[in-house]
Amino acid sequence: MTMELFGYPADQWLPFVFAALMGLSILIYVVLDGYDLGVGLLTPFADDDEQRDMMVASIGPFWDANETWLVLAIGLLLVAFPTAHGMILTTLYLPVFFLLIGLILRGVSFEFRVKARAKYKNLWNWLFFGGSLLATLAQGFMLGIYVMGLEHSFGTILFGILCALALTLGYAFIGAAWLILKGMDRLQRNAVIWAKDCIWGLVVGIGAISLATPLVSDRIFDRWFVWPDMLWLSPLPILSLGLLALLWRSFRHLPADGDRWAWAPFTAALGLFTLAFLGLAYSFYPYVVPERLTIYEAASAPESLMIIGIGAIFVVPSILGYTALAYWVFRGKAKALRYD
Amino acid sequence: MMDTLLLSRIQFAANISFHILFPTITIALGWFLLFFKLRFQWTGDLKWMEAYRFWVKIFALSFAMGVVSGITMSFQFGTNWPGFMETVGNIAGPLLAYEVMTAFFLEAVFIGIMLFGFSRVPGWLHTLATFLVAFGTTMSTFWIIVLNSWMHTPQGFEMIDGVAHATDWWAIVFNPSMPYRLSHMLLASGLTVSFLIAGISAFRWLLGDRKESVRSSMRAGLIFGALLIPVQIFAGDMHGLNTLEHQPAKVAAMEANWETRSNVPLVLFALPNEETRENDLEVAIPNLASIILTHKADGVVPGLNDFVTEDGTVLHPPVDKVFWSFRVMVGTGLAMLLLSWTSVALIARRNAHGRRLQIDRLPRILLYALVPMALSGWVATLAGWYTTEIGRQPWLVQGVMTTEMAVADLPAPMVLSTLLGYLAIYAALLFAYVGVILYLAVKARYDEPLESMTPASGEAVVDAITREDRGAVPAE
Repeated sequence: MTMELFGYPADQWLPFVFAALMGLSILIYVVLDGYDLGVGLLTPFADDDEQRDMMVASIGPFWDANETWLVLAIGLLLVAFPTAHGMILTTLYLPVFFLLIGLILRGVSFEFRVKARAKYKNLWNWLFFGGSLLATLAQGFMLGIYVMGLEHSFGTILFGILCALALTLGYAFIGAAWLILKGMDRLQRNAVIWAKDCIWGLVVGIGAISLATPLVSDRIFDRWFVWPDMLWLSPLPILSLGLLALLWRSFRHLPADGDRWAWAPFTAALGLFTLAFLGLAYSFYPYVVPERLTIYEAASAPESLMIIGIGAIFVVPSILGYTALAYWVFRGKAKALRYD
Repeated sequence: MMDTLLLSRIQFAANISFHILFPTITIALGWFLLFFKLRFQWTGDLKWMEAYRFWVKIFALSFAMGVVSGITMSFQFGTNWPGFMETVGNIAGPLLAYEVMTAFFLEAVFIGIMLFGFSRVPGWLHTLATFLVAFGTTMSTFWIIVLNSWMHTPQGFEMIDGVAHATDWWAIVFNPSMPYRLSHMLLASGLTVSFLIAGISAFRWLLGDRKESVRSSMRAGLIFGALLIPVQIFAGDMHGLNTLEHQPAKVAAMEANWETRSNVPLVLFALPNEETRENDLEVAIPNLASIILTHKADGVVPGLNDFVTEDGTVLHPPVDKVFWSFRVMVGTGLAMLLLSWTSVALIARRNAHGRRLQIDRLPRILLYALVPMALSGWVATLAGWYTTEIGRQPWLVQGVMTTEMAVADLPAPMVLSTLLGYLAIYAALLFAYVGVILYLAVKARYDEPLESMTPASGEAVVDAITREDRGAVPAE
């Protein structure tokens, strides 16, 4: 394959394009499944069964499509960087198992909790919460271990546990932000309280990872703390602080008349996740397995990536299009879910 | 002691066996739902809407089960079988990527509108969403079957340094066994759903539910079942001949034929014995296997002993498993043929009221027989998959890599513990799933028949008069 782009041969720009695509799907997954896992994490704190139903109704039409971004992300890892896929997933064998069990329990609970005999509804509600929790903890743990270079030692496992707890609060926060947007009255008021309670987890989590990454790896330290790179990297922390300030202000107003400010927490959450993600991506590039395997070493054959790339050019816009359609159809405040 | 390879194989088999149950239902049930929805739109008869609303619940449940177990599958390639993607990733990767891009997102987005968008979107958009979900599940089947077939009959690639590189995508997608495997699978899904609908409707009928929607669903299930089963038998036969050409060891195991010879009998019953390399307790019909496979009584059929190398390495699959799962599949298929044709013949009998197909003419014994047949599609599909997938062993990709080459080097106790975890979850979920379907069927008896539909649900708004009219007609 001799195709060139901006003077670079295909085996140099294609891995970059696919790493970017994979990163984008991971980010979209974290935000989208983040809010619906977060809503799952918050269900035990609902005032009553009716409120819980409304919370589940706010994510019912979306969760399946949200989770598909994980399939795309893992699929892109699998197809674009097959060696890295095997290396990462065999290392994370047990957390992946718990992630899958969590996703299974949670995914089926959406259906079972409303279809099974009424006396089992409570059981499925708890499995819904438990599944969301298990999946979130596993994701956070995996992130922590990944950041630590996929090493298993007492310290790295401790860090993994810290990340697991931080991500749980982070997802609960973005879930609360979603409920501020989609909920009304009592549910919206509760969501504001939940968001205030959980934002600290997100701050601690982002802070811990930001501090730990450069300490673990000299390479990453050198990437961040060199002049003048520090200057053009400074928007990341500054914007993050700005978003926290926006949140702080919105919390003083919420819940507000006419639903003003309701958009602010979710937008801020979206921004914080994106900035944190960009920071991570900058730290790890060009590695797909930290410090061991670069995207260029792990990439599939260029001709195979081209085949996918050509399809993606046509398919991805339509995916975005009909996803937008779904959000438009279910715009506005959440309503009870009924099959009619 | 069980080693990592065996445990990983059992785990993968458990996962795929659990997973395949649900796509087998959703692929065809999507099209059945579209059929119900279109009948409603065209006739305005609310019974079709009732049928839609009952079966869409089972669709939603099956879909969720399929999604979560499918995600598990996609991770297991990496956790347990890293060698697979490392060797054939250049070919399997794009096929899987196309499945995600063209099918998963389509299904996942439009199922939201299909399930919950009824009163929010115009009728045509809801019907379109139903169509796109059905289309998505079928596209998904297409890509998965393409990949699976390529693993059975690989072509269009070259090996460079132990890694497969695609040379001809057309040859990869349209590999020799793909058309047979795809039609066999789609028909299997059609049959599974036909018998599921007929069986659950028979169950509701036996409980005293005499709604029009129960009659119409049962008729639809029986008629589609009766139409599809002969087509499936034909497609299965074609698939068998294709396998004979490309994977003779598998056919030899299906027939439990040890020696390559002419005038091979069709073995009805036997206990294949790999120690003595003979069949114990064989009951067989002379020449029939030769006639089926070569259309000549003295046709030569390959035998298992051809697939043992001089140093004693066995390159054919475990015989008894393939032999028996094949017989379970064929036996279930014959039961489907017998039951659906008898039922359709009985309801189609002419009587004083004309020629309408009438469920009331089915004797109770037949209804009782139809209830367990609700799961016959599952039995046949699983048995079929075991035949073809165990039949591929010891190869993972025929002639390219063995299963052993792909397995991850994990500690056996770790694989054992996750295997037990999956098995426990799967057993519990299967129990809950069947329980909920039966519960929905029992509960439906107390649902009031639909009186009208909201205007937002489409053009075919039916007023109460239609219902009263139908109420005046003597019971069918």
